[in-house]
Amino acid sequence: MSRIGVFVCHCGENIAATVDPARVAEAASKMPGVVYAIDYNYMCSDPGQNLIKDAIKEKKLTGVVVAACSPRMHEPTFRNAAAEAGLNPFLCEMANIREHCSWVHEKSEATTQKAIELVSIMVEKVKRNKPLYPIKVPITKTALVLGGGIAGIQASLDIANAGHKVLLVEKSPSIGGHMAQLSETFPTLDCSQCILTPRMVEVARHPNITLYTYSELESVSGFIGNFKVKIRKKARGIDEKLCTGCGVCMQKCPQKKIPSEFDAGLGKRPAIYVPFPQAVPNKPVIDRAACTYYKKGKCRVCEKFCEKKALRLDQKDEIIEADVGAIVAATGFDIKGTDFFPEYGFGKYQDVITGLQFERLASASGPTLGAIKRPSDGKTPETIVFIACAGSRDPAKGIDYCSKICCMYTAKHAMLYKHKVHGGQAYVFYMDIRAGGKMYEEFVRRAIEEDGVKYIRGRVSRIYEEDGRLVVKGADSLLGGEPLEIKADLVVLATAMVANADAEDLAQKLKVSYDPYHFLSEAHPKLRPVETNTAGIFLAGAVQAPKDIPETVAQASGAAAKVAALFSSPELSREPLIAVVNRLPPPVLSTCTGCFLCEKACPYQAIEREEIRDRKGNLLKVVARVNPGLCQGCGTCVALCRVKAIDLQGFSNEQVLAEVLAL
Amino acid sequence: MNFGYFPGCSLLGSAREFDESLHAVARALDIHLQEIPDWNCCGSTAAHNLSRLLALALPARILALAEKAGLNEVLVPCSACYSRLIMARHELIQDEALRSQVSELIEMEFKGTARVLNILEALTKVFAEPQAIKLAKPFERKVACYYGCLLVRPAKVVNFDRPEDPQSMDALMKKIGATPIDWPHKVECCGAGLNISRTDLVCKLSGKIIDTAEKRGAEALIVACPMCHANLDMRRAEIEKYMGRNYSLPVLYITQAIGLALGIDEKELGLQRHLVPVVFAEKTRPQAEPAQAQPGQPSEKAED
Amino acid sequence: MSEVHEHSHSSCETLADLVLQNTRQSVAKCYQCAKCSAGCPLALEMDYAPSQLLHMVQLGLPNFDERALKSLTIWLCLACESCAARCPKEVELPKIMDFLRQESLRRGLAHPKAKNIIAFHKAFLDSVENLGRLYEIGMIADYKARNPKSALQDILTAPKMFTRGKLKLLPHLMKGRSQVKKIFTRTKRKGKP
Repeated sequence: MSRIGVFVCHCGENIAATVDPARVAEAASKMPGVVYAIDYNYMCSDPGQNLIKDAIKEKKLTGVVVAACSPRMHEPTFRNAAAEAGLNPFLCEMANIREHCSWVHEKSEATTQKAIELVSIMVEKVKRNKPLYPIKVPITKTALVLGGGIAGIQASLDIANAGHKVLLVEKSPSIGGHMAQLSETFPTLDCSQCILTPRMVEVARHPNITLYTYSELESVSGFIGNFKVKIRKKARGIDEKLCTGCGVCMQKCPQKKIPSEFDAGLGKRPAIYVPFPQAVPNKPVIDRAACTYYKKGKCRVCEKFCEKKALRLDQKDEIIEADVGAIVAATGFDIKGTDFFPEYGFGKYQDVITGLQFERLASASGPTLGAIKRPSDGKTPETIVFIACAGSRDPAKGIDYCSKICCMYTAKHAMLYKHKVHGGQAYVFYMDIRAGGKMYEEFVRRAIEEDGVKYIRGRVSRIYEEDGRLVVKGADSLLGGEPLEIKADLVVLATAMVANADAEDLAQKLKVSYDPYHFLSEAHPKLRPVETNTAGIFLAGAVQAPKDIPETVAQASGAAAKVAALFSSPELSREPLIAVVNRLPPPVLSTCTGCFLCEKACPYQAIEREEIRDRKGNLLKVVARVNPGLCQGCGTCVALCRVKAIDLQGFSNEQVLAEVLAL
Repeated sequence: MNFGYFPGCSLLGSAREFDESLHAVARALDIHLQEIPDWNCCGSTAAHNLSRLLALALPARILALAEKAGLNEVLVPCSACYSRLIMARHELIQDEALRSQVSELIEMEFKGTARVLNILEALTKVFAEPQAIKLAKPFERKVACYYGCLLVRPAKVVNFDRPEDPQSMDALMKKIGATPIDWPHKVECCGAGLNISRTDLVCKLSGKIIDTAEKRGAEALIVACPMCHANLDMRRAEIEKYMGRNYSLPVLYITQAIGLALGIDEKELGLQRHLVPVVFAEKTRPQAEPAQAQPGQPSEKAED
Repeated sequence: MSEVHEHSHSSCETLADLVLQNTRQSVAKCYQCAKCSAGCPLALEMDYAPSQLLHMVQLGLPNFDERALKSLTIWLCLACESCAARCPKEVELPKIMDFLRQESLRRGLAHPKAKNIIAFHKAFLDSVENLGRLYEIGMIADYKARNPKSALQDILTAPKMFTRGKLKLLPHLMKGRSQVKKIFTRTKRKGKP
């Protein structure tokens, strides 16, 4: 016999202002099966919870309905209270009379009636609830970190140092990311590679970290604690165990004029190459799209000269399968190029470059060995114009947001230029100066006050070439918008920071939500910045939103902490609200007819085929079986099953029908 | 090929040679131009400066007449007329209340079914035809294509070519054997409607255009707008005074350049009507220079 | 030096309100980047650069509204669309300029130096109103009557145009010119010039 207790919350004024809780409780007390019904000001408070616990014990309740806010708010609270009083927590349900009633209607009789009906539905459901027990799932204590930039490196090191295994997957031939391309970093003007390479080496040598470079994520399946991933290790074309990184192959390669990705197109590299001298691993890769052997079947010079006979020109991609418990997405960003600024030169003026290209010019390991030179004729520019907000904060060009780092790196670029070219003139066209980090404002003032960089508030309308120089037509809004013209030798556009071209693809693979700009979405913008809405997948770095290095490192460590917390328990508890195929005694065995429509329909591939055999091993029947580890309780199979052999625990057909009939 | 045709007031008067050369080229290429019967002035700059309703009503009457005559595509050679017509049409087809208000004003029903084409669009269509057009005298000259402001802007309304560094005129010039130069003032305003009221400003703006084109080696300035032609050609003497030197650079309508390439007589094309004589230097070496820019970029369509 | 007036919740609307009603352009969108001024061919000739003028309208203060309407800027504007082509916030400044010109005339605030520019527009429209099309000689005569200082202007150029057949002595008479006249009359009756 059911003995249901109903607890109606006032929620202060949130419910009581439009719904009459006392009347709801009174009506509930008359519902069949209800033996106890009260109303109270704040059910979620300690005294409120105690009311429930006491009632369960004293009235020997077999089920509890708390009419209050949304279950998303306090279901765990009340279920825990029930459990503490000795009642299976799944025998406690909530009737949402706040978000679904008091918050969306005016105060009236009809509103209170609706609340009463909502309670009656839940009462009917709870009468048919069965005790359920959490499913325990093992956790694989290995993390997959996607992306080997500073975010991925930091997260990997933190997780590895916490004692767990890490698989670090990076799609380019070396880890390091964009930070490796920078010359010096703000606000300290630390040499970027100097501070990065020790971490890169640490990653390579860490016993807990397995590094897969020139590799990409092929597929992911499973769920938190139990992901099954496939990693595609692309064919480098060499045997990494034999290769010593001596570099002879690169010297001998006849194809030397391929634009270098690492040098942002300003430098050249051969077809077999290591992206930069401090690369980790320091093993070359063959660019098959450019290599003569793969295009025409000729050459093989590298093979001839390799002392260790390490070339493997017929090498194929390898698919590596692994089990991981958590995934950290740290795949970073891309920059939007110059060619979507036709008024600034349409990618047709060589001396209009991006901020990243300027980094390569300024970098000691770059194509000009750190000397600032014009790409067109190699001369030292006497005047440089830096244009901030080239693409960001520009709805007309499709990007509304601010890229956050450009004000700082533009000031940095101007300073580096002034340090290297003492007589040079630097102008910065800006709209605002965003320098909110620690020591950032001081950094920008230093550029202006000590290094003599001229800041002009206004945007540039257009740039064109005349007599080998670039005519920059801007305006100064602080002088009333007066137009002014500057003849520059080099123009640097602080282009927008955008998501990688394959970010959407990655998000789809991971089943993580993303915004219209293809930045992956955090679970909550303020309180959950490193988690996603997909359990077990975390975010670190610019893949989530534009940010600078200090924030990236902080976020990476945050993601690592979440992973470590996940790995700190021996196993995961899953809610038992999953589908189950009925099993009956022989000869029926199950009403499942083996049509496997459910298998086709399941979005989580959680349906398996089970062979029921007798003791002699003869096959009696093949029926569907739900994998309790994978099932997410969506109910698609339940709705589809033609014979209703499959049902959802906690939301059974009988329960749902009872709710509908109660209306 | 058939087009509806709206000459506009200037093609009857000060831009007569534009009309003449257009008709000459049309005859040679078997293009039929059907003029809108009893058309009125589009209102040009004056109407939109002084009265919003006039600026909508006058073009609406013209297009309503075109619709009545069963014309689906109307070629409007004058850039200013083209701009007025396409802007009015754009606004009216989006706003039903405004449309009925204007229909009442003009006492005609405006539906918006007649599309408006500018001269570059129409010529691009003509030259895209599979049968090659015979060039009797390829126009082997270096030319500066001057588009003016209104043929490719505003991009969302015009939806043709691209608003920065447009290429359609350059492409047409290449097709007739000319070498278009890459230069930065393709869409910089010549002074527009200030030809009479502020000739000094026209001198400043048009002077820069002529000066730059000449410095970059152009032998002719190619235009597609009567206003631009007036500023660059008719006002040459004033410009020379303002700039302090002479400029012999002739200004040709695009239809005149095409006409010359087709071998049509100069007089038929109205070249003698220009104030700046249309003369070219004798050729001393073959025209085998590499292209200056890479105008092979596909034309961008702005979103509608 | 202008005084900042107290913000008044008066019944009269600001110029910015009127701009919004008549052009659907919200001046609040402009974040004063000055890209329009940077590319405007005649910004240096104007009393206020385009972005500066728009900022005056943004303020919503009566004295700045008046200064905007009294500016020479709005009359020198060529409607060349360079500003709108490049504005990152997609503000349609040419539409706003059109409205400001019309409002300036409605309130009788046109800049004195714009007299001949306005005279030209009016002479042009006179010809269209009466003949349905532009009659160049008639228009120029009308212009010179409105702007006597220009009486001798172009007296050397005119014959050159005439001998080249570019200046018609007699106007083209379109048949439906009374319809065009009616359009003008009806438009004026709606309270707009």
